[in-house]
Amino acid sequence: MMKKVRGLGMGKSYPGKLFVVEGCDGSGKSTQVYLLKKWLESKGYIVFFTEWNSSELIKESTKKAKKKNLLTPTTFSLMHVSDFADRYEKLILPHLRAGYIVLCDRYIYTAFARDMARGVDADWVRNVYDFAVKPTGAFYFQAPLEISVQRILAGRPQLKYHEAGMDMGWSTDPVESFKIFQGIIKQNYDNMIEEEGFMVIDATQPIEKQQAIVRELIEEKLQGYKSPYKRKS
Amino acid sequence: MKEKLFYEKGLPYLTLNDFPGKLIVIEGPDCSGRSTHISMLKNWLEAKGHAVLDTGLKRSTLVGNVISEAKKGNILGKTTLSLLYCTDFADQLENKIIPALSAGYIVLADRYIFTLMARDIVRGASKEWLKKLFGFALIPDMIFYLNLDPEILLHRSFAKYGRLDYWESGMDTHLSGDMFESFKKYHSLLKLEYEEMAKEYDFVNINGKDNVDKVQAQIRKRISEYLGV
Repeated sequence: MMKKVRGLGMGKSYPGKLFVVEGCDGSGKSTQVYLLKKWLESKGYIVFFTEWNSSELIKESTKKAKKKNLLTPTTFSLMHVSDFADRYEKLILPHLRAGYIVLCDRYIYTAFARDMARGVDADWVRNVYDFAVKPTGAFYFQAPLEISVQRILAGRPQLKYHEAGMDMGWSTDPVESFKIFQGIIKQNYDNMIEEEGFMVIDATQPIEKQQAIVRELIEEKLQGYKSPYKRKS
Repeated sequence: MKEKLFYEKGLPYLTLNDFPGKLIVIEGPDCSGRSTHISMLKNWLEAKGHAVLDTGLKRSTLVGNVISEAKKGNILGKTTLSLLYCTDFADQLENKIIPALSAGYIVLADRYIFTLMARDIVRGASKEWLKKLFGFALIPDMIFYLNLDPEILLHRSFAKYGRLDYWESGMDTHLSGDMFESFKKYHSLLKLEYEEMAKEYDFVNINGKDNVDKVQAQIRKRISEYLGV
């Protein structure tokens, strides 16, 4: 009889390596993970990259629901975990099992930080993501609130409704609301540093400097790791 | 005022204390007669002057399309499918059930979290994980379980559809490559899970084999007692 309990990945280990980048919008983590991927590939590793909210199947529904403003904090959370689970089951886990390096632009910690900011119970959201394996390394790009907010506001004509946390009704002014929302998210990230063992990167430093630190840390974590085969350059 | 509204921590961002409505759930496998009984109950309750909302796991607008698409091609992982069903349920709970209960309706739910949990457990999900996942669900006032043997369900399934359905036969569980065998095994496992939950969640066990009127009379009697009418 097939009664093997599935899920609950936190205790499991796989031959592959999983690195994730986390941080507030505007922390520069996407740039860093891009540079990291380039470097790892140049070293001949097979690298698989995936980003938040990008499941082929689910992202359209999420987009529509957001547009129509149909989501509650719980359904918002569940749509995102469905998207994550789809990518996890189809992409992340198989690559890890096959022994590759997987890079994630945002991982379960994004959900923890955001969903808690929306008032969802912390234990509940942690349980929901319990099927996900703990990363080999999680980088947290930490920047003072004013800096990350300024970076986003400078590069964008208008903030999106959910991005600004407008669904929470904190403020009718998108910029004001965004600041409040990002402030809570940053606090939630900061609170996770110790418990989750984040490697904290000072995101106010020059890009090159941050990347050098990241590469050094990754090199350490990759000691003894062998790619299943070498990438042809 | 109830002692406890939710199974676990519920929806902490809602300020929901108590509500005038009642939530009555009918659980049971496909072909157990749930929808027939719900529509009979609705007529009966409305005739008595109650406002009634009937709702079910009917696919909300949120992820209904994704579930249908995925089922067609069997392209979703099991955890993803569990989570999509959970999303769907949460949407119904927050956008339909809770508002109706707050407005004083009797809500008749054609299946609730228990069918979702039973289906997932049979597919290998962890019970503890599921219990916490669905911990935001409201505790119903009454849960009726239409209990039927797989053998009878099999015949009802033929009578209703003229064939066995891939999903309702649990073919995705790979219990057997033969649909006939799979149906029996799958429904036997589901029945075990329902029966285990019956104790834990205080189901009113109804023998679904009896004829419609007899089953309906039993349900009405229990509801009348509960409502004190």
